[in-house]
Amino acid sequence: MNILYNRILGGKTGVRGLLVMAIVLLICIPCALNPFWVNLVGKYLCFAFTALGLALLWGRAGILSLGQGLFFGLGGYCMAMFLKLEASDPISTKIQSTPGIPDFMDWNQLKHLPALWVPFKSLPFSLFAVVALPTLVAFIVGLAMFKRRVGGVYFAIITQALALIFSLGIDGNQGYTGGRNGITDLKTMWGWDIRTRHAQYILYFATCLLLLLSVALLQWLLSGKMGKMLAAMREREDRLRFSGYDVSMFKIFIFCVAAVLSGIGGALFVLQVGFIAPSLVGIVPSIEMVIFVAIGGRASFFGVIYGALLVNAGKSLLSDAFPQAWLFCMGGLFIGVVMLFPNGLAGGWDWWCKKAWPFLMPAARDRSVKQPAAEFAEVSTKGQNP
Amino acid sequence: MIFGYSLSDLWSIFVMQSFSGLSLFSVLLLMALGLTIIFGQMGVVNLAHGEFMAMGAYTVYLCSTIVQRHCPSLTPYYFLVAIVLAFCVCSFFGLLVEWSLIRFLYKRPLDSLLATWGLSLILQQSFRSIFGAREVTPVLPNWLMGAFNVTSTIQLPINGVFVMGLTLVLTLGIWFFLYHSRIGLNMRATVENRVMSGAAGINTKLVDRFTFSLGCGIAGVAGAAFTTIGSTGPDSGSRYIVDSFLVVVFGGMTRLVGTIVSAFGIAQGQSIAQFFMEGTMGKVMILLVVVVILMIRPKGLFASKIRS
Repeated sequence: MNILYNRILGGKTGVRGLLVMAIVLLICIPCALNPFWVNLVGKYLCFAFTALGLALLWGRAGILSLGQGLFFGLGGYCMAMFLKLEASDPISTKIQSTPGIPDFMDWNQLKHLPALWVPFKSLPFSLFAVVALPTLVAFIVGLAMFKRRVGGVYFAIITQALALIFSLGIDGNQGYTGGRNGITDLKTMWGWDIRTRHAQYILYFATCLLLLLSVALLQWLLSGKMGKMLAAMREREDRLRFSGYDVSMFKIFIFCVAAVLSGIGGALFVLQVGFIAPSLVGIVPSIEMVIFVAIGGRASFFGVIYGALLVNAGKSLLSDAFPQAWLFCMGGLFIGVVMLFPNGLAGGWDWWCKKAWPFLMPAARDRSVKQPAAEFAEVSTKGQNP
Repeated sequence: MIFGYSLSDLWSIFVMQSFSGLSLFSVLLLMALGLTIIFGQMGVVNLAHGEFMAMGAYTVYLCSTIVQRHCPSLTPYYFLVAIVLAFCVCSFFGLLVEWSLIRFLYKRPLDSLLATWGLSLILQQSFRSIFGAREVTPVLPNWLMGAFNVTSTIQLPINGVFVMGLTLVLTLGIWFFLYHSRIGLNMRATVENRVMSGAAGINTKLVDRFTFSLGCGIAGVAGAAFTTIGSTGPDSGSRYIVDSFLVVVFGGMTRLVGTIVSAFGIAQGQSIAQFFMEGTMGKVMILLVVVVILMIRPKGLFASKIRS
């Protein structure tokens, strides 16, 4: 019982945060908003999965990845491939020259299903791939980078390049991936129509529950030795290494967890929104995911979820009303949050709580941004090189 | 016969594709030179570098518009002035950015990366608001048009030759500046050991500011050169930013020769692969190869031999 309370639910503050979030997501939003907006919030929550992963990776471990869109896309495309295959059964595609294959393959004169697509006819395999494929890619990338002690800015640039390669590669192979339009017209999952209002609500609640579960899992993960390791890694990585720990394996593990979270977010995105396209997985969306985290407060799991919700809602509202202003706002957000509020919403909340309700803050929590020790040291090019 | 082409055809393709690769090489190199000195000097990743390039290109466009409207007789000569002006505008703006933004973030390289990305978004939208979303081309002087006919099957466009000449002059200039001037000496000293340089009486903060502004100015010249081979849109800078960063990282980050070699390799590879593969796949292949090589050899081609 104690373990459940202290480790999984995160003690008093964790329980409070989870409860507030559950009330907001499961009760307030479905009651207060119309179905269209509930569906939109569900879409934002998919990005919140990626933000959670980044909070772990960037906020807790000090590794900034600018390529989380890659994992979001891998999860999304795995799901979309299954749904597309189910949507393009021979009967509904009988007007094509080759019935039974997705429409964009037919437009590109493909005569039969590519071997890559065949396993995605089965739902269990697709769901497995949603988790396994991002893990595998993250493991390979992490192994190559962290084993050689590559980190910091360098890691950010390489992951950004990976996101670019992924989106360009999808864009360039229209016959196999749907190209720039992406995979669209998704209809059913195992016969269950995902487009009805009823299904949208079920998917929304499933997304919320999965998100809360992920937060609890991350809290459990960080309450033990892993949390101490991450704190030590962020503060003095070299000392941890001298003490005989294999720091790189911890980093690879964290990177894989973040990738899986992004992949799940991508799959849920496809289920709720009904399509996936390269424009959702490239450089720009990947770096936008980082701003959710920066706004929310990079180390706080609850903060980044609210950050993802707020930034996305702002984007939807503003880019409709003033399309010109949105990029200015986004740019201003990047600069402002980095220069003025490096602890984001969560930092502001903590500060406000301490001022207004000191009795609510039994122990002073320290969520302030801690940079790795190397970054505090005098900046030198040697510090930048891996 | 290979791929259905005869050998002499293949030779012509090879020469012309390598030449178009050389134009890409020039633009990438000019971009990467600025990035290398900024990154090597201060460890700051300037994601707005592409927008500085676009700023240079728009400066040339503005000059061309003004010249066309007020004194068309100057058309043959304005371009050289415009290049210098592009350098001045961009380096001044770089100075402003360093003073107002970058200098607060030296100790947080990841945050400076995000802040410069924000700056690039703002600049992109400003270009869109000022110059419109459509791509623009300045009126080029006549002497930049046309092509040299080397043989009956090989043609080399003059603008490409001009861009290459400009790149050569600029690269030599930077090399000379870095290795044979007092300020260059200070810059190299700061790269090698910041604390000791400070102790020896070099004002490292001033050197930083100067370096950042110089790098931005070079990006402006890259943009000016870019106008002769392509049209400029609000997002044409961001199209090159990942490529140029890969060039910098691939080249080993701090040394000029590494940057030159890697820019050459990446540009030539892309240009030749683009002929044999459709669309963007050539670029994807080359970028993938570069990333894989970087994973195997993370310090790049020419790592500087200082102990970290």
